Amino acid sequence: MSVDLSTVRRIAHLARIEVTDAETPHLQGEINAILKFVEALDAVDVDGVEPMTSVIPMRLPMREDVVTDGGIATLVLANAPMTEDGFFVVPKVIE
Amino acid sequence: MTDLTSLTLAEARDRLKSRAMSSLEITKAHLEAIERAKALNAYVAMTADKALEMAQASDARLAKGEGGPLEGLPIGVKDLYATRGVHTQACSHILDGFRPAYESTVTANLWRDGAVMLGKLNMDEFAMGSSNETSYYGPVASPWLPPNWGRDRARAALSAGKRGLLTPGGSSGGSAAAVAARLCLAATASDTGGSIRQPAAFTGIVGIKPTYGRCSRYGMVAFASSLDQAGPLARTVRDAAIMLRSMAGPDAKDSTCSPASVPDYEAAVGRSVKGMKIGVPKEYRLEGMNSEIEALWTRGAEWLRAAGASVVDVSLPHTPYALPAYYIVAPAEASSNLARYDGVRYGLRQPAADIVELYEKTRAKGFGAEVRRRLMIGAYVLSAGYYDAYYVRAQKIRSLIKRDFERAFADGVDAILTPATPSAAFGIGEKGSENPVEMYLNDVFTVTVNMAGLPALVAPAGLSSDGLPLGLQLIGRPFDEETLFALGETIEQSAGQTVLPEPWWE
Repeated sequence: MSVDLSTVRRIAHLARIEVTDAETPHLQGEINAILKFVEALDAVDVDGVEPMTSVIPMRLPMREDVVTDGGIATLVLANAPMTEDGFFVVPKVIE
Repeated sequence: MTDLTSLTLAEARDRLKSRAMSSLEITKAHLEAIERAKALNAYVAMTADKALEMAQASDARLAKGEGGPLEGLPIGVKDLYATRGVHTQACSHILDGFRPAYESTVTANLWRDGAVMLGKLNMDEFAMGSSNETSYYGPVASPWLPPNWGRDRARAALSAGKRGLLTPGGSSGGSAAAVAARLCLAATASDTGGSIRQPAAFTGIVGIKPTYGRCSRYGMVAFASSLDQAGPLARTVRDAAIMLRSMAGPDAKDSTCSPASVPDYEAAVGRSVKGMKIGVPKEYRLEGMNSEIEALWTRGAEWLRAAGASVVDVSLPHTPYALPAYYIVAPAEASSNLARYDGVRYGLRQPAADIVELYEKTRAKGFGAEVRRRLMIGAYVLSAGYYDAYYVRAQKIRSLIKRDFERAFADGVDAILTPATPSAAFGIGEKGSENPVEMYLNDVFTVTVNMAGLPALVAPAGLSSDGLPLGLQLIGRPFDEETLFALGETIEQSAGQTVLPEPWWE
């Protein structure tokens, strides 16, 4: 399988990465090289094979359903590029 | 006077315990060596004040006859471990200025045991790379000189973009270069597809990727969560064993971290390998394989046989599919993990009129070309209509890869011996500029292990005809790192000491 230029733009948008028209042909070439590389997998018979979900068999640990941390709003916000009154600031989302 | 930076971790530990030297002395010696080696670009941030403070505290404990297993020993930390209040960016521009409010479990374990932090080490951006060239902070020069290069030529290249000098491998390139150049006694590293083992092979040192779940991933900047695992780089097998014992252990903050207690790995170093059964997988014998690598592999098997192990052929038929499957699974997980870099909560932010533009501009500016490419591949293979054809299929193939190993181990094989890399170290700027797959092929021998969650150790096994280090890989059963340390030391002893390069960069 290979991707065309409009698909490159679509997946860039899915990944929320801005791409310019100038760089899409180059990206297309690189992505298609990788897709060509993974085509080898089509040769494998995977009928009846379960997809891997956990690489090491392990029981998921459980704990009491209680609050174990919190009350650290200033630490949570400490690295934010823009804050106001204890909140993250983003451009207007809802009109 | 012996150069304190040339001591092994174990030797330094014993000298500190006997008070033959102080932590302050050996810490200062390392800080000075790092200053003189700035041009190698191994460290992206130094924590000299913190190091001196920690060393003094260690000396006080040692004076009272106290202290942990790593008391007073200066080490380096890969930039993807969260270190409280200290530069932590996984060498990405998008984490610009990030200072975590918390400590990773692995580094917390090291400080608990008395280790001293020298600084943060260079790496490929978000650990995506095999040469340290994708780092926002630029490439790292290997302390190993290219074949037939003299000191003057290398020093000139060092101050002119490093072209032609060798890469230390990646993604843990800064860690490997720092250990090989004696800029720390040992370092933390991490391995998603070979990022501990390939740099170890390229720089003539020891690296181990333990079993998935042996070390906590809490506080490690995530790349591909089902593959990522912490591990050490060190100059000897014993040193790697000492480091791993401190790094590993149960952690309630990581639900995939094993609750099993950590054995004394150092006790396994020097243990006899007599009677062990070593598998040699025929599928690793690639067409057009470098004859030096093939000869090295055969020699490794002979060493283990001479030490009393038996060597048998094994088959791991799905080996050729591991690398292509990896380049679906890893980007898919990365595209999910790296969705958190949004310009809102931490790091870089680009001005924008609306929220989608904020994301798109920030991520375009903050991620380097390799990361952008992988995130796009990840988004594609997870997108509607392609999820089953790519992602689910790759996870099924992963089950088959793991089954291959399980069958070999069920047949009584104790460990599997393979080459570590398809070649010795290559030059900066030499690979992957035309086709990214060229770079990916570096991980052909290492990536299967991550896909199956197994432990694997790389030990130096000699030099190429060009005088560059080559490594051998030992793959073990889940949670049987001890066998790897015993076998690794046999390889290390049989190969003889790898003499690390003189500091031409000073």
